[in-house]
Amino acid sequence: MSKLTSETIMEKSLFIIALFSCLVILLIISFIFIEAFPAIQEYGIAQFLFGNIWAPNEGQFGVFAMIIGSLYVTFIALLMSVPLSLSCAIFMAEVASSKVRKFLKPVIQTLSGIPSVVFGFFGLILLVPFIRSQFGGTGFGILTAAIILSIMILPTIISVSYDSLRAVPQDYKEASLGLGATNWQTIRRVVFPSALPGIITSIILGMGRAVGETLAVLMVIGNVAKIPASILSPARTLTSNIALEMNYAIGIHYNALFATAVVLFIVIISLLIIANHIQRKYSMDIGGGTL
Amino acid sequence: MEKITVEHLNTYFGDAHILKDINFKVAENTVTALIGPSGCGKSTFLRSINRMNDLIPAFKCDGTLLLDDEDVYAPEMDVVDLRRKVGMVFQKPNPFPKSIFENVAYGLRIHGEEDEDFIKQRVEESLKSAAIWDEVKDKLDKSAMGLSGGQQQRLCIARTIANNPEVILMDEPCSALDPISTLKIEDLIHELKKGYTIIIVTHNMQQASRVSDYTSFFLNGEIIESGRTEQIFVSPKEQKTEEYITGRFG
Ligand SMILES: Nc1ncnc2c1ncn2[C@@H]1O[C@H](COP(=O)(O)OP(=O)(O)OP(=O)(O)O)[C@@H](O)[C@H]1O
Ligand SMILES: [Mg+2]
Repeated sequence: MSKLTSETIMEKSLFIIALFSCLVILLIISFIFIEAFPAIQEYGIAQFLFGNIWAPNEGQFGVFAMIIGSLYVTFIALLMSVPLSLSCAIFMAEVASSKVRKFLKPVIQTLSGIPSVVFGFFGLILLVPFIRSQFGGTGFGILTAAIILSIMILPTIISVSYDSLRAVPQDYKEASLGLGATNWQTIRRVVFPSALPGIITSIILGMGRAVGETLAVLMVIGNVAKIPASILSPARTLTSNIALEMNYAIGIHYNALFATAVVLFIVIISLLIIANHIQRKYSMDIGGGTL
Repeated sequence: MEKITVEHLNTYFGDAHILKDINFKVAENTVTALIGPSGCGKSTFLRSINRMNDLIPAFKCDGTLLLDDEDVYAPEMDVVDLRRKVGMVFQKPNPFPKSIFENVAYGLRIHGEEDEDFIKQRVEESLKSAAIWDEVKDKLDKSAMGLSGGQQQRLCIARTIANNPEVILMDEPCSALDPISTLKIEDLIHELKKGYTIIIVTHNMQQASRVSDYTSFFLNGEIIESGRTEQIFVSPKEQKTEEYITGRFG
């Protein structure tokens, strides 16, 4: 066989494999949309999205409280996790000796390998009683779930932002230090801004993981389908709503769970779009010199 | 007057003995060229003067290195202040991914300057001294990354000048540039000599003879010969120097 034909076969088969993967994903998405359709048609899209009451027995399928629950818990988790993980990434990339770095990297990788159920279990056994004794209430709620989530997304944010910090050319650092900048000034004014697009990406990835996480959240958030009154109130997220009820849902209830999945899908897609936009803007700013 | 005095300087990277018993003097407002084959320690020597080698954990040195009459390696030496006084221009142009203005203003800002009018004025002066003002005056807020290599290198020189240094170290500043940009930088070095003491590493013998007053020839971590540039190039005392500058080795 000539070199040319073997190369064409290679290209064609890779193309077919890529096409097949895309097809599978499209198939799943269209399946979700098709299954969701009856619920939206019967219940009404506005009522579904902005309805406050989720009571399948009474034919009420408003997911507004779950949307709020998902966004709330994700936001609080990011609020706790981002400063912590960025400090950690900066420490590892710029301050730590290579010995300390070699020790920390596998520790963080291990953290990302722990299954969700273990985090949930940890939250249930340690964190729920702790929150209960400190703040009263049941201990199940937004804060508890957000703390667990913030730990779960640490490794994602740390490792992606660490990589982008390490990718900043040594030249920039030398130029800065050569002008008499201290290490800290160099990090703050040169290294961090240059790594910013990567750091934003790391936060987006962490956010995606937080919105999508199901089991660990379900175990500690209390799962009450109501708009949370405070950070200590129990709540329910979009993901846990599906996981909790899929075993016994039939009829329109079953379709409503698929509609919940559609909402989740749209929430994640819009987060990605927003994040992408921010990222593009920042990397353009660096090129355009407005930094 | 001596600006830099080096006596019995030895440097090491871990166990490797790089610079061996270096003795070297530089007079104020002169240009000194460092020449020698690749790997002989020119950059290491240059980076010893502003203590950039401190960034390498395995670096050690002994001997004396004086700037005016201050010991550069004394424990009480303020490295931040040293690097302000001894600026450096690198081989590859390395502007920050910031605007042209902010590149030049960087040194002033990190040293605590907050008066925007003063910063503006310094930036303009520095860009003029680096002979790049006319090319960039209308796009100061544009990214420095959009400049040509030669313009970037002159911007880096402006950035160094803005700090008002006493000494400027240049490590093969033209090696990444085309002949026209190289000539511009050489002219610039002539101009800068009036206000600064310059040490330049170069692999280009013509360049060394064009820009410098004094030349030191390095070989395997030692200075084989130092002297006035004409003398080194016309009548070198050492056989090895002659072999190197006539291109018979290295
Ligand atoms: N960071 C480092 N760690 C260990 N050894 C180093 C380091 N930097 C340089 N060296 C060694 O020190 C010696 C001198 O290197 P240096 O960069 O000073 O040479 P040079 O004269 O500037 O060469 P060139 O003309 O190629 O730039 C070389 O043998 C090099 O391998
Ligand atoms: Mg060198």
